[in-house]
Amino acid sequence: MNAFSPDITFDLATSPLRDLNEALHKTSGESNARRWRVLNPEGRHAVAVGIDAPVTVEIDGNVGYYCAGMNQNASVIIHGNAGQGVAENMMSGFVRVCGDASQSAGATGHGGLLVVDGNASARCGISMKGIDIVVKGSIGHMSAFMGQSGSLIVFGDAGEALGDSLYEAKLFVRGTVKSLGADCIAKELRDEHKALLAQKLEAAGVAPGSVDLSEFKRYGSARKLYNFHVDNADAY
Amino acid sequence: MLASMLCVMTDRGPDSAGFAVYGAGAKDKVKLSLRAAAGYDFSALAAGLSIPADGLPPLAVRSTHAIIEVPAAREADVRAFLAARHPEVAVVGTGARMEIFKEVGLPATVADTFGLAKMSGTHGIGHTRMATESAVTTAGAHPFSTGADQCLVHNGSLSNHNQLRRQLKREGITFETENDSEVAAGYLTWRLKQGATLGEALEAGLKDLDGFYTFVVGTENGFGVLRDPVACKPAVMAETDQYVAFGSEYRALVDLPGIEKARVFEPEPATVYFWERAQ
Repeated sequence: MNAFSPDITFDLATSPLRDLNEALHKTSGESNARRWRVLNPEGRHAVAVGIDAPVTVEIDGNVGYYCAGMNQNASVIIHGNAGQGVAENMMSGFVRVCGDASQSAGATGHGGLLVVDGNASARCGISMKGIDIVVKGSIGHMSAFMGQSGSLIVFGDAGEALGDSLYEAKLFVRGTVKSLGADCIAKELRDEHKALLAQKLEAAGVAPGSVDLSEFKRYGSARKLYNFHVDNADAY
Repeated sequence: MLASMLCVMTDRGPDSAGFAVYGAGAKDKVKLSLRAAAGYDFSALAAGLSIPADGLPPLAVRSTHAIIEVPAAREADVRAFLAARHPEVAVVGTGARMEIFKEVGLPATVADTFGLAKMSGTHGIGHTRMATESAVTTAGAHPFSTGADQCLVHNGSLSNHNQLRRQLKREGITFETENDSEVAAGYLTWRLKQGATLGEALEAGLKDLDGFYTFVVGTENGFGVLRDPVACKPAVMAETDQYVAFGSEYRALVDLPGIEKARVFEPEPATVYFWERAQ
């Protein structure tokens, strides 16, 4: 953080949040301001949402709901905790929470990478559609519910009903799983999955070799629910 | 501090607000928090309660509310007297230390009306309401008293409150409103009357209360937190060497001293938490 020399510093204690988001939206393609620092977020909601430019935004403090939502191309680093729905509906780019994340982290994300250094609570990666999520702590209940695509990698434990009604999202948990949701099952961790893990962890900035990949267990869909049966296809 | 926390939460609940403050208490005395219409003559009521041995009971009027202090041994008599002679006055809470105030209107206005910023105590609980299950009335505002020095605030909505209210009425619990949160308070009152501890009552609530809830309950020595098993409603805690604070979101806590260095965390679902002041 100390090496970071911003082009623009924005203090939310003195300037309205709306001005920050508006300025960030204007950066798309035109501005030379590539490095932003945001001070005193004080739990405000919707900080740095809807960015569509390859900028780096460092936020010093705790943020409220939906921080970095709908992100495209930007790197948003939160030096604090994040409220509900951090990086929700992210399309691409990178979001890192240096503290804990509240519920629904990375919800419905289509792409990009979300890294949570602490814990993420319930419904982490709910309805994920291609986002990669790395949580270095543990995650709460109902995580990856209806996850369609992407990967959720958890260094710690998972709460109840992991991967309920899962489609094709890939789940990896190193610790214990309190319970699996409907149609979610443990699967063999093969070399191709270790390669995937290695690739995602490298992207997340985890030093190669610092985590024993064989300690992870893989979970995925058993593909037994109604929508997986071809016989039901002509019902519509 | 509680006043500023309430004002921050105005966005979430603008229609009414209330709070319980745990201030000083006197030995063998009990404080009754009374509510009546604006301009009500509480002094006349206090005069009616006077007995030669004690003289006039201490009375502190704050807008539509008054705190009257009576000997603990007389509490039942006083309650009976109020019920029989002053049906226009509601007893919103009782306890050695707890005082409850609540009113419709913006949280900032309510806090000002009662002079919350100048109150002091060991702990307090505030609530801003956005009504869903029942009308916007003072009686529907939180906190709800659940027993001596105990109160409850609720974020969420209960789906089985009508059925539960009918059952609790048969058990002798009375209700003032159609409010679901009042049923939760009544439920705890009933469990406590049956001899459960507050912790046990809350545990039992996990089974009997259906719906969404984050509850905060105030006790004489501290407060407790319970979230429903699905954790539908948000909750965040901050702990320092000096205090423990609860808020529906971190935003409510940002004005607290030393919050940047506090341990901030979310209480787990379906888990009863209690914080008690060192005696």
